[in-house]
Amino acid sequence: MLTWLSLLFLALFSGAAFMLGKRRAVKTAGGAPRVLHSLPGYYGSYAALWAGAPAALLLLLGTTFGGRVEDAMLQAQRPAVVQSLDVDRQDVFFSDAQAIAQGIAPSEVTYEGELKAALDVKVAEARRIENLVRFSVLGLSGVLALSGFLLAFPRLSADFRARNRVEGWVGGLLMASSIAAVLTTLGIVLSLVWESWRFFQSISPIDFLFGTVWNPQIAMRADQVAAEGAFGAVPLFAGTFLIMLIAMAVAAPVGLYSAIYLSEYANRPVRSVIKPLLEVLAGVPTVVYGFFAALTVGPLFRAGFNALGATMVGGPLDGVGQYLMEVQNQMALVAGVVMGIMLIPFVSSLSDDIINAVPQSLRDGSYAMGATKSETVKKVVLPAALPGIMAAMLLAVSRAVGETMIVTMAAGLQAKLTVNPLDTVTTVTVQIVTLLTGDQEFDSPKTLSAFGLGLTLFVVTLGLNIIALRIVQKYREQYD
Amino acid sequence: MTDAAQPAVGSVRAPLTAQQVAMEARLKKRHRAETWFKAQGLAAIIVAMVFLVVLVGRIVGQGYSTFETHTLSVPVYLNPERIDTSDLEGVNYDYIVAEAMMKKLGVVDDDLGLVSGKVMDLTSRDLGFQLLNMLKADKSLIGKTITVTGPFKADADLYFKGEIKRSTPQEDRKLDDQQLNWLDQLKNDGSVKSGFNFAFFTHSDSTEPEQAGVLGAVVGSAMMLLITALIAVPMGVMAAVYLEEFAPKNRWTDVIEVNINNLAAVPSIVYGLLGLALFINWLHVPRSSPLVGGLVLALMALPTVIIATRSALKAVPPSIREAALGVGASKTQTVFHHVLPLAMPGVMTGAILSLAHALGETAPLLMIGMVSFVPGVPEGFTGAATVLPVQVFIWENASERAFHERTAAAIIVLLVFMIVMNAAAVILRRRFERRW
Repeated sequence: MLTWLSLLFLALFSGAAFMLGKRRAVKTAGGAPRVLHSLPGYYGSYAALWAGAPAALLLLLGTTFGGRVEDAMLQAQRPAVVQSLDVDRQDVFFSDAQAIAQGIAPSEVTYEGELKAALDVKVAEARRIENLVRFSVLGLSGVLALSGFLLAFPRLSADFRARNRVEGWVGGLLMASSIAAVLTTLGIVLSLVWESWRFFQSISPIDFLFGTVWNPQIAMRADQVAAEGAFGAVPLFAGTFLIMLIAMAVAAPVGLYSAIYLSEYANRPVRSVIKPLLEVLAGVPTVVYGFFAALTVGPLFRAGFNALGATMVGGPLDGVGQYLMEVQNQMALVAGVVMGIMLIPFVSSLSDDIINAVPQSLRDGSYAMGATKSETVKKVVLPAALPGIMAAMLLAVSRAVGETMIVTMAAGLQAKLTVNPLDTVTTVTVQIVTLLTGDQEFDSPKTLSAFGLGLTLFVVTLGLNIIALRIVQKYREQYD
Repeated sequence: MTDAAQPAVGSVRAPLTAQQVAMEARLKKRHRAETWFKAQGLAAIIVAMVFLVVLVGRIVGQGYSTFETHTLSVPVYLNPERIDTSDLEGVNYDYIVAEAMMKKLGVVDDDLGLVSGKVMDLTSRDLGFQLLNMLKADKSLIGKTITVTGPFKADADLYFKGEIKRSTPQEDRKLDDQQLNWLDQLKNDGSVKSGFNFAFFTHSDSTEPEQAGVLGAVVGSAMMLLITALIAVPMGVMAAVYLEEFAPKNRWTDVIEVNINNLAAVPSIVYGLLGLALFINWLHVPRSSPLVGGLVLALMALPTVIIATRSALKAVPPSIREAALGVGASKTQTVFHHVLPLAMPGVMTGAILSLAHALGETAPLLMIGMVSFVPGVPEGFTGAATVLPVQVFIWENASERAFHERTAAAIIVLLVFMIVMNAAAVILRRRFERRW
């Protein structure tokens, strides 16, 4: 609230600076704006920017990082009573002190005796620190606003290059925005690496990457944290790979063939109907596919396999029949097929672009030699488009590996090392979701392992994307 | 081709040479291959379309019945013996409603209260809440008979809609034969009315399926999308303007460019992990709030907005820039007065499409704690909220059958929003896009 008020006040001050700056510029020009270097508005903007921008930035930083600073200041001094507690309990103590200070409901922990006294002290300290931080930010931004204005205002004169200065500010803002994209990547990498590093301190990366038993729930108990093999991620990688293979088996042929049909055979009206419909399929949120998989495809497949099994029981394939009778909804096949459906428009639109990019002269040459359309496609167009199609497939694989909702809703939770598509498997993304939803203590290896999985996922998908981009870049110009 | 086509032209067909026979056969085979290949392509398209039709058809088929609901009107005698005026909140209104129902149905409660229990299983607790609110407003109603109208419990509603059938064996359905008889009786004496389910749009999530609605989720989605739009669109446009119009072509900008392309392909769940580590654990933004959700989705939408804006800027011909520079505009003026306004339709189309994509995103929101049960409209940008796709996820996990129907209905609402956004983008593109 206070921040909003001060921002409003700052905006008013900045507006006033604009008016004053503009007026001063006109005045120094002797009332004839033609002799000014820049349009009068630029002089006003220059003054307004100096008056408003640094202070606004400080306010923004203050609201974003103020909490961090308060935490650090409050926790700088830990009373002996508090230090005797576990690390987790210490955190609870400090967060409770802050909660009480801010009038929010604290945790259910009760404090007694010395601890209660320490808490009261810290509550008072938290209030003091909060006020200190808040008012120093406010005061400092007031000083910045005023001094910015006082610095800029006297400079305004007829031959001051106000436009160039203002454009410098604009350029800086634009550049800062483009750096935000880099900062996002940096943020992803740093947060994943940092949390994974904490995870790898209790579990060796070798055990994690090559262990074949995944059972983080058991490892929750303190005495079993280091239980060997509980964090072996190989079953998850295998499950992810299996579902990805099934998905690609559906998406690659259907997507590629529809792209070929659309770009080589279909006439204009058909294209203009089918392409938007494929876009609709591409725009459907993945949670909808998940719902479809869990409540339609799953029961359907199960009923189908059970019926098939029933016909086999008692025959020569009795064992297979018995097995099929037992098949459950949550099989790898269901998640894979639905994911394949999701990827069809992705594969098809990427391949369509690539096939269309093959120059017409190649086709014409082939037709002139007497080749039929399908021969042209198979012997000329597809070989020419092959690198691009490979890249499209790799991107689709990367999508399949990182896809979360379909597998969370339709695949199971049991980490099994199997290649049977009728069995239930789990994937990396499913485990990340399971580990991080619900109650979480943030320091347990169980929660941190999600970041280890996330890092693996990030590295794998990034690798696939980079390879795909490389392939496209390397072979693109060949036919231009 | 040599003389393969010749014989057909001549009026007298010369006998074919062995070579020609072989060629004819080969041609036939090639044409068969051609037909086969074309059929494969067509089959692929048909398969994709069948998937689309089945997907949409199934969801509409499962969900449309939610939009109809059945309400019951029952005269309730507010028995002064059962109502303690000093503690209105503590009165068992459900039982008072059940009494009225039993009277209407002509049955008497047994000593164990089994009959009243069965009756209570039919009507929503909403009726009881209505009585409480009426009494709070006006205590003089005690001792009078008033008529209240409210929804049935979800299972009874499903029976009226034909989803629970009498032909199912009694053990396999939630309602027994006696309850179904009562429902038929109520229907026959005209106290059951069917109508549009407005409650689905005016209620938020609830543990009772018949009272659960999408209002909280829709408002939550709107708030979150607002944050996403306010951050991702201006920042994305500015970044794209810089990269396309101002940046020198050097190693550093190449890095940024590759970076943005890669960011667009990072799995969404990784953004969730980033949000959890950065915004929640490090910056202490409140969990499951529209603010943190909007921030995460903004980071996710940023690369797509940048890519779309860049291609829109690229489409503006250089002659526009040269003309502006030629009459003395500065670089910045050229971009902001001429290039960007001309690229605006493309920019807006790209922005709307990436926001539509963000609207349907679920996975990163699960990471930042949005799976919690939120029974109301979010209280501000830092309060707990739920959004439409997550609501779908939560309801899909619920065991009651009535929730599955509602899940499909929530999906329909979500899809309608997405279709509106996509249609807006298409119209914008058709209307304002200029070909140079």
